[in-house]
Amino acid sequence: MASESPDREHAVAFTLNGEAVRARVPARMHLGDLLRGTFGLTGVHLGCEHGVCGACTILVDGRAVRACLMLGVQADGATVETVEGLTESGRIGDLQDAFHARNALQCGYCTPGMLVTAAELLADETAAASREEIRAVISGNYCRCTGYHAIVDAIATTAEARRNRRETAE
Amino acid sequence: MKAPDFAYVRPASLDAALALLAEHGEDAVPLAGGQSLVTALNMRLASPRLLVDLNAIPDLAGVSEAGGQEGGQEGGFVRIGAMTRHRDVGTASVVRERLPLLAAAMPHIAHPAIRNRGTIGGSVALADPATEWPACCLAAGATIVARGCHGERRIAAEDFFLGLYATALEPGEIVTAVEFPVPGPDAVWGFEELSRRHGDYALVGLAATGRRAGGRLTDLRLAFFGVADRPVLARAAAAAVEAGDVAGAQAALAGEIDPPDDPATKAATRRHLARVLLGRVAGRLREDAAPIGTVRGGGLDGV
Ligand SMILES: Cc1cc2nc3c(=O)[nH]c(=O)nc-3n(C[C@H](O)[C@H](O)[C@H](O)COP(=O)(O)OP(=O)(O)OC[C@H]3O[C@@H](n4cnc5c(N)ncnc54)[C@H](O)[C@@H]3O)c2cc1C
Ligand code: FES
Ligand code: FES
Repeated sequence: MASESPDREHAVAFTLNGEAVRARVPARMHLGDLLRGTFGLTGVHLGCEHGVCGACTILVDGRAVRACLMLGVQADGATVETVEGLTESGRIGDLQDAFHARNALQCGYCTPGMLVTAAELLADETAAASREEIRAVISGNYCRCTGYHAIVDAIATTAEARRNRRETAE
Repeated sequence: MKAPDFAYVRPASLDAALALLAEHGEDAVPLAGGQSLVTALNMRLASPRLLVDLNAIPDLAGVSEAGGQEGGQEGGFVRIGAMTRHRDVGTASVVRERLPLLAAAMPHIAHPAIRNRGTIGGSVALADPATEWPACCLAAGATIVARGCHGERRIAAEDFFLGLYATALEPGEIVTAVEFPVPGPDAVWGFEELSRRHGDYALVGLAATGRRAGGRLTDLRLAFFGVADRPVLARAAAAAVEAGDVAGAQAALAGEIDPPDDPATKAATRRHLARVLLGRVAGRLREDAAPIGTVRGGGLDGV
């Protein structure tokens, strides 16, 4: 591991949206900037850069995290997924359709973070994904446009549709 | 804003991390979940020369039960590794069974993406007076375990939190674990928090533990947070609640807390909210109903 000795720049290797990637990163660069600048993944939106707005939310090893509060060098060895990867894999196609159908976005700035946050909740089959729970989960994602009701509708609709599909499959 | 320039290292052992901190002295700081530290760097509120990342050190994360006999007997404790993420603390089955207070407190810490990364060790080391884990440590009589170059120290929570972002940690020491005594079968607990919006820092919160036998409450510990420069054990209020005098407890509380006064929330408001939470928790701890705790969000409705 190159990062076992102190340095201001490090080599990293990780899995990004299903592909093995490598880069050299300055220690001070956060993961959001690495993904946007080096890998062109501009679906990772940056708003506040201090963890409050949620626009930069991505999945690291399957869990939602703030890309602005992880250093790029810390991605070494991890599995990173951005909204682009989730979209290409088709895993959130139903959620994206529901966002469209319910008018759950206007300017779209918060949307990638909302989708990733909702994707983590919906992936947990044990979660009830009640409207109350959805509200609690997206309380960490700022939306200045929609007033949230449409977003809650879209996530709740998707949760219910997935539940129905699981029950039919059983 | 962007972080200032610094170097980074990810040691693969605790000894290597301690040696790096010793070698670089004040220039180096440990990096745990980064959910407070990277924020501070991005805002240029901190400018360390070296970050010593604790994320690759084996055995620093995880929850286990040890000591005493299984089944909640005296002497046992639950050990929570410093690098255990907030979410993993709250969802661990040992915690849900033995330390329901912590399981109830966890959803009040920030938002899911922050709970996935932030750690209990980082939270106690930071000692933000408005946060949940330090108050839970105080209420539950936890011990903070720290390692330095000269060995291990165990510090009672009551001696650990010294003031605003101030702890008993010596420079170069790393928190390795927090140990919680396993409560007995007659244990009761309560957790309440008020915040402006779910996941925001608490305006006022209360973590409580005690015992209830034969309808009597004893060993009550009321740890308030958001009401002073550190979490506060309200001893006089607890004694009054044990004696059955909740109104007296609310009056006594006034002398035990020193809430901050800021433009958004006046000290008087926080004092009032602390009394409200005390009333709620005390009332329910005294009832014979099942032990309480809210796993829902804060919000000022219902005050
Ligand atoms: C938007 C937002 C909202 C938040 N809301 C809440 C909230 O409601 N409640 C709450 O409790 N927290 C909240 N937090 C803070 C979050 O919980 C942090 O994760 C936590 O305070 C620090 O833990 P960390 O592991 O991220 O530590 P880091 O940010 O990595 O470190 C914090 C400090 O502790 C030191 N440190 C870390 N680990 C150790 C160790 N093992 N030994 C010695 N020193 C160490 C570091 O050097 C640094 O000075 C919030 C954060 C954000 C961004
Ligand atoms: S940019 Fe990361 S949370 Fe706002
Ligand atoms: S759609 Fe504009 S910020 Fe949410």
